[in-house]
Amino acid sequence: MTEQQKNTLPVTETRLERKKEPFDPGYFLRKNVVPIFFLVLCIIGGYYSGLSLPFLANEIITRMARNSFLVISLIIPILAGMGLNFGIVLGAMAGQFAYVVTVNWEMAGLSGFLMTCILSVPLAIVFGWLTGRLFNRAKGKEMISGIILGFFANGLYQLVCLFFMGRIIPIRVPSMLLSTGVGLRNTLDIKAMHYALDNIWKVRIKIPGFVFPIMIPMATIAVIVVLCLFIRFIVKTKLGQEFRAVGQDRHIAEVAGIKVDRVRIIAIIFSTVLAGLGQVIFLQNLGNINTYGSHVQVGTFAVAAILIGGASVKKATISQALLGTLLFHTLFIVSPLAGKNLVGDAMIGEYFRVFVTYGVIGIALALHAWQSLQQRKTVTVEAASEPVSGGGK
Amino acid sequence: MVVARLEMRGISKEYFGNKVLKSVNLSVAPGEIHALVGENGAGKSTLMNILFGMPVIRNTGGFEGKVFIDGKAVDITSPEEAMAHGIGMVHQEFMLLPGFTVTENIKLNREITRPNFASRFFGEKLETLDFYRMREDAKKALRRMELDLDEMLPVAGLPVGFMQFVEIARELDKETLNLLILDEPTAVLTESEAETLLQVMKRLSSQGISILFITHRLNEVLQVADNITVLRDGEVVAELESRKATVDQLAELMVGRKIEVTSRSERHSTENVKPVLSIRDLHVDMPGESVHGVSLDVMKGEILGIGGLAGHGKIGIANGIMGLFPSRGSVYMDGKEVRLNSPISALNSGMAFVSEDRRGTGLLLEESIELNIAVQAMQSQDKFLKKIILLRIADMKAIREHAQKMIKELDIRCTGPDQLTRRLSGGNQQKVCIAKALTLEPSILFVSEPTRGIDVGAKKIVLDLLVRLNQELGVTIVMTSSELAELRSICDRIAIIYKGRLEGILPIDASDRDFGLLMAGELSYHRKEAS
Ligand SMILES: Nc1ncnc2c1ncn2[C@@H]1O[C@H](COP(=O)(O)OP(=O)(O)OP(=O)(O)O)[C@@H](O)[C@H]1O
Ligand SMILES: [Mg+2]
Repeated sequence: MTEQQKNTLPVTETRLERKKEPFDPGYFLRKNVVPIFFLVLCIIGGYYSGLSLPFLANEIITRMARNSFLVISLIIPILAGMGLNFGIVLGAMAGQFAYVVTVNWEMAGLSGFLMTCILSVPLAIVFGWLTGRLFNRAKGKEMISGIILGFFANGLYQLVCLFFMGRIIPIRVPSMLLSTGVGLRNTLDIKAMHYALDNIWKVRIKIPGFVFPIMIPMATIAVIVVLCLFIRFIVKTKLGQEFRAVGQDRHIAEVAGIKVDRVRIIAIIFSTVLAGLGQVIFLQNLGNINTYGSHVQVGTFAVAAILIGGASVKKATISQALLGTLLFHTLFIVSPLAGKNLVGDAMIGEYFRVFVTYGVIGIALALHAWQSLQQRKTVTVEAASEPVSGGGK
Repeated sequence: MVVARLEMRGISKEYFGNKVLKSVNLSVAPGEIHALVGENGAGKSTLMNILFGMPVIRNTGGFEGKVFIDGKAVDITSPEEAMAHGIGMVHQEFMLLPGFTVTENIKLNREITRPNFASRFFGEKLETLDFYRMREDAKKALRRMELDLDEMLPVAGLPVGFMQFVEIARELDKETLNLLILDEPTAVLTESEAETLLQVMKRLSSQGISILFITHRLNEVLQVADNITVLRDGEVVAELESRKATVDQLAELMVGRKIEVTSRSERHSTENVKPVLSIRDLHVDMPGESVHGVSLDVMKGEILGIGGLAGHGKIGIANGIMGLFPSRGSVYMDGKEVRLNSPISALNSGMAFVSEDRRGTGLLLEESIELNIAVQAMQSQDKFLKKIILLRIADMKAIREHAQKMIKELDIRCTGPDQLTRRLSGGNQQKVCIAKALTLEPSILFVSEPTRGIDVGAKKIVLDLLVRLNQELGVTIVMTSSELAELRSICDRIAIIYKGRLEGILPIDASDRDFGLLMAGELSYHRKEAS
């Protein structure tokens, strides 16, 4: 080192700047392989199902309005590095318990619906808090813990609904109970609150040549838009920043003074509360509750949807959630019919449906795995400096 | 007498029955730069972790002893509390979130926010981030170190030297800061970067900030420190004023024996030897260390040094050849072309790499030393595997024997080959990385900054080992280093990289002036002038 250099101290002469990546179609395809694969599947399925476009559109809109909320509820835990929150099943249970109460109070219409929403929140907070505490004891294994927790909670739920309702928990409305007077019936009628939200404002679009108009539940869609804005807002707050920091590296976040365990619990509470509200919205559209079944697959369906949208265990955006809901439910509608038309067997159609729900989770995960492998091979800058917690310099 | 900013009394710490600190005392005055030196594993980081309330200390049973800040006894149980007492720390391992931008990292958990509708009801956690002001602050902190860096760049992909400055910027940005702990901050820096840092430290101390400074570069200690504490095996063996200390004396105190400087007696001549590796027009897209068309021949059996200033691409060459960053051009090994952008084909053609970035080389922190050493050889060369019927399983006995040999040769200080690498001190982790590359028995070994973060004693061991590998096993070595002295001590020739291109190759006995000219690009400047 010469004297002269020591004086000028050039830390570096090349200023590091952000670079604009040129658009590369190959990269775009690889990056979006999951949604593109399912989009192609949807188009093929749609073609062979023989359904008319307006009918299909109607079905899709209904299902989007019904399910988006639940799918979006998965985003925050993913941001916080907790993976896919299968624990939203507990949120769904909270929503259903809230309905049991309002039906028992013989409430109806919009006020009944709003009351159900309000009641579901404290329940969901408690459930979320418990889930969060469990996840904090099983760090890194949140997903499998969530699935097992779902089974376990379902057992408790059945216990409460079958043995406590009508015995320990007084139920006023006899039609809710089984003929023995103890335990809830298989289906809980919530006709009084059917479409309570959807009917506030519906837009009908008449398509010439078709009997049924396309119905758009504007009020429900407005609620979903508000939710999306809410999520975007949260991400831009201090709390959102903590979610993201914890999601990237718990250890570093902790050293920076972030209360990691607390942040994780808050993330799960958010998710559970949103799932609870999502289930309330879902059920008002359906008009009845399958007491022992409605909640069971909420987790699996929502997870399948968000994965199809291109989200991964580590990264999810609102548009991925919405796109995923769209693709998943389109597949859900067209696949049984397409299966039947292609193979000529009604059973095949049902088989297709089962395949769609579980198969897609598998396929989406496999495609994600393939994708990260590709990334590793092309060695992007990202892959080379992949976060490894701890480590030396 | 002034009240000491920090006083630590009788600090003892045990890790799983292993006593790593034995009644250590330490005292730092306001505005003092206090250096803490000692061998790898002497307990320096542990002492600092105690002071900073790191979770690892609490999780392993706490510590004994007392800590006083400005004369008051304090009980620091979390980093947050440490920060509240005005303590800032730059850790030995990186504490940056790779997916966050420089700004977000600098302001991590100290974000500037403004109130909004929701925060009025639900508290300040829901306040919106004020990115504009955060960026301003980040810029200010970076400017204090004369660092010209886009504050909105993501940290992932920054060269290590820059990451280090971002970490220091984060600490500088804390207004209450009055005691700054720097655990080997210069280990990842080049000499000129380190020089900048030392000046920043001096400026800070003149503003009244006390600094606790850990380093293995002893001349830095003499340059900036007021006082020095020497640790050996968890005990304070000396406290001295740096005015009265010398490098040799410190080294001896640290290790407890005398250390000679490595130098090779016989050097190879590179004439009449054919190149084993030919690099032609290599371009590597490594952020901050990009290479723009290097052509270079590596001769069989030589030790080639690659030097140059930070940011000029010397680091990029090995990373590009080994397929860790996107690259183009051609590389021939023994006349056969090696596929670029493919780490596997680089490994298979007999090259191995000890990266300057320990995280990148992927130490499996939750696995044992022995497995870390063996894993790459198992994967790419089917070593350490035995066949049982149809299955091929790991031959644990062979792995253990090999690991024990490596631990002995590299002097890895550990409780045994089954110790988790997470529990090693930083320098010893580095040695595991070297052992891992050696296990591949490469014909060409790339080493980048091999002695970074390694104490003087171990440094000699590593350099000696490289020389021995070269002489006894005939391994061709390409060593990238920012320390010219280190390159000179073992290399046959030294290539200097300037602005991503080869500026020139010098013999080791060329004068300082020549090296300086090449590094500053004076030569190509004159060439341009002339033409
Ligand atoms: N988490 C841990 N669990 C168990 N032992 C540990 C842990 N961290 C460090 N040690 C041990 O404590 C001793 C001191 O380690 P420390 O990291 O303080 O060394 P150091 O002086 O900082 O060395 P270096 O210069 O290599 O960074 C070492 O023997 C190390 O193996
Ligand atoms: Mg250390």
